[in-house]
Amino acid sequence: MRAARIGDLGANPIEEITHETAIWTFQLLLATLAIAPIGYLTTWHRLMPARRMVGLFTFFYGCLHFATYVVLDWFFDVEAIVEDVVERPYITAGFTGFVLLIPLAVTSTRAMVRRLGSRRWQLLHRLVYVSATAGAAHFLWQAKADLRRPGLYAGLLAVPLGIRLWQRPIAFGPVGLDPTRKARHEVLPEPVENGGEA
Amino acid sequence: MLIQRPAGIASSEITDEQVYLNRRQFIRGAAGAAVGVATGGFALGGGRVAFAEGQDAIPNVTPGPFGTDETLNSFDDITSYNNYYEFGLDKRDPSRNAHTLTTEPWTIKVDGEVAKPADYHLEDLLKGVTLEERVYRLRCVEAWSMVVPWVGFPLSTLIDRFEPTGDAGFVEFTTAMRPSEMPGVRRQVLDWPYVEGLRLDEAMHPLTILVVGLYGKTLLNQNGAPIRLMMPWKYGFKSAKSIVQMRFTREQPRTAWNTSAPQEYGFYANVNPTVDHPRWSQKSERRIGRFFRQETLMFNGYGDQVASLYDGMDLRRFY
Repeated sequence: MRAARIGDLGANPIEEITHETAIWTFQLLLATLAIAPIGYLTTWHRLMPARRMVGLFTFFYGCLHFATYVVLDWFFDVEAIVEDVVERPYITAGFTGFVLLIPLAVTSTRAMVRRLGSRRWQLLHRLVYVSATAGAAHFLWQAKADLRRPGLYAGLLAVPLGIRLWQRPIAFGPVGLDPTRKARHEVLPEPVENGGEA
Repeated sequence: MLIQRPAGIASSEITDEQVYLNRRQFIRGAAGAAVGVATGGFALGGGRVAFAEGQDAIPNVTPGPFGTDETLNSFDDITSYNNYYEFGLDKRDPSRNAHTLTTEPWTIKVDGEVAKPADYHLEDLLKGVTLEERVYRLRCVEAWSMVVPWVGFPLSTLIDRFEPTGDAGFVEFTTAMRPSEMPGVRRQVLDWPYVEGLRLDEAMHPLTILVVGLYGKTLLNQNGAPIRLMMPWKYGFKSAKSIVQMRFTREQPRTAWNTSAPQEYGFYANVNPTVDHPRWSQKSERRIGRFFRQETLMFNGYGDQVASLYDGMDLRRFY
């Protein structure tokens, strides 16, 4: 009678949906964060135009995951949700990671990039690394005994994060102060000819 | 060429028995789901009636005490959503992997502070035992729950036979550990073998049963065949599965989850909505097959029977 179930979500469909949306969010986040380093390491920047879209998909799946938690898991039980966020470190981390994605999604349009100015926009969007780290903590801390999968994902996240930190002089330095070094591909989702900051 | 249509019913038009049965089951399931929705129960995958395949019906099962009239979880739910890490970490792994466990013959080693230590054959232990159907709530520490019609008998009947000495204060239960039959034990997720324990008075309590069946049929491996514990007022992990050893001890046994994460899993592990687990609120639970959470009851609703076992104990400390 398996087929008669909602898809094949098993005996606890809400748990299954929670897990699936979580995995999708993390995978898309890793994909988003991989695009810049691929360009940096290979000077192949053809993926850059897709980054904004992949980033927004990450946010979309994050929303699905969060909505699953709020609606399906707790059915708007605000009191219980607040308690969860405050008292349970893995929920605190996950909530933080999700909330930090909101300003990034909101400022993802070209108009917002222009309004903020590329430097401020870039600094703001460094939050993605904080969000991703919170997401990795969320994943690791929810594990009961088996850390293999969250460990693998945290390890994969460490790669783009490590590359970013290694690039520090460029990444956290006075980006944009020098008008000739705008690292345009970081700002606009368009292909660039000169290989950007690489 | 003229092919004449034979009179009567063509064999192709006769519904296969299995299809017929499935259809009956489907209709029943659909009806159940409809009723569930109509009454606001929102039967998520529930409402179906499923039966064990290849399991033997257990004769002479008498109705037991402490029952509940809550809706039973389906056989399918109970046998496909299991925490039995020896067969894998995913809830569905045990139902996929547990068939490899050899449950016949089965012996239980009884030792420690008892007058009659021995390796007992399971069939000898079960001779003269009256099997009862016990419909119990099962509350997992992960904040989900089920209602399960177990077939079993009080653990006390066996303990009386083993004659514990005056020094026996606890009973330690050990689950089988067979790397060739249990893929999960090849990895050190827990310190195998799985060990659980009870204070002797808890073990002697009439609610504490040894389970050999489910839904009137012999237990499936993923549910802990051939014999497992069930203490309905404790979180599920206390109820050790596929038991191969019972040791009577003076000291409190070192149990598997308590050793793995002492701040998360206590020795007592009584269902207690006022003591939260670091990762799960224990105030409420999701009954498998239902949409809305429900409040968790102290001692899983068995307080009248068991609260006196813990008189004077600080259950926040002895969680």
